Amino acid sequence: MWEYTDKVRDHFMNPRNVGEIENADGIGEVGSLACGDALKLFLKLDDSERIVEAKFQTFGCASAIASSSALTEIITGMTLDEAAKVTNQDIAEYLGGLPKEKMHCSVMGREALEAAIANYRGLPLPMAEGEVVCECFGVTDLEVKRAIEENKLQTVEEITNFTKAGGGCGKCLPRLEEILRETRHEAQPLIPDRRPGRLTTIQKIKRIEEVLEREVRPALRKDGGDIELIDVDGDFVIVSLRGACGTCKKSQTTLKEYVEKKLREQVLDTLIVEEGK
Amino acid sequence: MNPVIYMDNNATTRVAPEVVEAMLPYYSDLYGNPSSMHSFGGQVGRAVREAREKIAALLGAQPDELIFTSCGTESDSTAIHSALQSFPGKRHIVTTRVEHPAVKNLCENLDKLTGHKHRITQLPVNSDGTLDLALYEESLGDETAIVSAMWANNETGVIFPIREMAEMAKSRGILFHTDAVQAVGKIPIDLAQIPLDFLSLSGHKLHAPKGIGALYVRKGTPYVPFIIGGHQEHGRRGGTENVAAIIGLGKACEMAARQMQDENTRVKALRDRLEDGLLARIPSSLLNGHKTLRLPNTTNISFEYVEGEAILLHLDRFGICASSGSACTSGSLEPSHVMRAMGVPFTAAHGSIRLSLSVYNTEAEVDFVLEKLPPVIAQLREMSPFWQSEHRGKTGGSPCRCSCS
Repeated sequence: MWEYTDKVRDHFMNPRNVGEIENADGIGEVGSLACGDALKLFLKLDDSERIVEAKFQTFGCASAIASSSALTEIITGMTLDEAAKVTNQDIAEYLGGLPKEKMHCSVMGREALEAAIANYRGLPLPMAEGEVVCECFGVTDLEVKRAIEENKLQTVEEITNFTKAGGGCGKCLPRLEEILRETRHEAQPLIPDRRPGRLTTIQKIKRIEEVLEREVRPALRKDGGDIELIDVDGDFVIVSLRGACGTCKKSQTTLKEYVEKKLREQVLDTLIVEEGK
Repeated sequence: MNPVIYMDNNATTRVAPEVVEAMLPYYSDLYGNPSSMHSFGGQVGRAVREAREKIAALLGAQPDELIFTSCGTESDSTAIHSALQSFPGKRHIVTTRVEHPAVKNLCENLDKLTGHKHRITQLPVNSDGTLDLALYEESLGDETAIVSAMWANNETGVIFPIREMAEMAKSRGILFHTDAVQAVGKIPIDLAQIPLDFLSLSGHKLHAPKGIGALYVRKGTPYVPFIIGGHQEHGRRGGTENVAAIIGLGKACEMAARQMQDENTRVKALRDRLEDGLLARIPSSLLNGHKTLRLPNTTNISFEYVEGEAILLHLDRFGICASSGSACTSGSLEPSHVMRAMGVPFTAAHGSIRLSLSVYNTEAEVDFVLEKLPPVIAQLREMSPFWQSEHRGKTGGSPCRCSCS
């Protein structure tokens, strides 16, 4: 069972401002039946573009209904320019927080607000201009990027929690990871991504052989030694030391502090080098 | 706090007071180890043997064909792993798209556990949740190591033709496993008449406690243990017996055998009254699953244009316990795999509610739900943009290319 705050429960059980506004000045519609939640927002403005009335209709779970209700309470009385600055964080905070898997409900609220404002101003929806990344839930790259930036998202799972992207067939997960990397790089150019890429065993063997041949063997041969790759099993690299190295007392140090270090730097930083018996 | 109206018996059941009573001595005075040589432990061993006999009697099995496990999931894993290890050369498994995660996720992730790929055939189901036997027969081949098909579906209650399926598998020398967690205790099962190899059951679905399950393994079926340890269960499952729970399971099976008639007449009548009442009172509601090939206690109904979690939370206010196949209740973003496999239209998949009864439910409780549920649906529909537009003759919602359709 979800842990909802009392405020979420209250706004779900007793939603404020449910219904339609006849001759609304702006209407914003997001979501669909297939996607499991949808929100239709109606705005009534006065002459100075101040929201005098906001109403909603929502199909969705408790947090979707509560987020819609909260949104209408937040924006009533605001000018359109003020309302345009409302973020999904504002909606979530108003409700005393939402379970992380439900953050997309607050994002839906914000998007409906944007759509209603765009509808009033006769402008196209900025977020819909992007390229659709998640086909299951119709999420664009612009929406994903904004969610990452505004909510300081760190993982693909969080992107799914906030935007639903990647929560269906999962085909777009690699693309989401790319967007996450790009967006976070733009925000924090000083911290490079050092995560090791996934390598197949064959790729690992090839790269290890390359490093051994290019750097390790020439160095060992100078001292009359040599090294042979015996096996690669997951992160374990089994090698055999030959020639002078085979009898050298310092061979273990060579293995760990030289060979392993080189391989970790140039192949994969989780590798463990061991000597085969 | 409202009194609890418990209609979520496919999730878990109340432990019968008689079961608790039978178990208590094994938590206090009778703490001996059933494997011990002394008579203090020996008397516990005797009680375990009697419990085993009661469970066997409910299934039409021999007592030594039963292995106690910790839960239904362990029984499922044990059966499937056992078959794959017995026939390491056969790398094909036949199962269905509507299995419980205990079987579905296991089959989909076997390569991670066994280190090699298995070909998995997940048979589709018809829109009423039933299986196409011709398609099933076609899927069986020389490569097939095991068939794993549930006896009754946990979400819809739909019953598969296990006897025919087991016979077809047997005639081809293929092992047959059924996850009968929802069926045992609710419908008659006679394993003397059905040539299946493995059957999983779980205590807490039939008024025994959580943490106890059993696996039936037919005499002569090749078997490889899943948990290796001591000589318990004749070396077929290591680990000291969960004695009190075993005694509880025995008692629950004895009671289930006695109450089978009641379950299939009175409980079924309650279910039908509830189902017919809801379908009649609430427009745009549809039954999910075959009307008759079904457990007597389960009904699954979709209320179009509303979302399941919202319904459940309103019911919770009245103390009514039910569950839903909607996306939001699971934390995933898509409706249940069972609803999707049945092709339930997307207007309805998110609003599916399962009510599952037991011998403890009463007519007054059914009437209470019939009184409370329709206004909840009406209230949520009032709020739903699709309900309104639908009833002005427009189409509801823009179709998105969701895989749930």
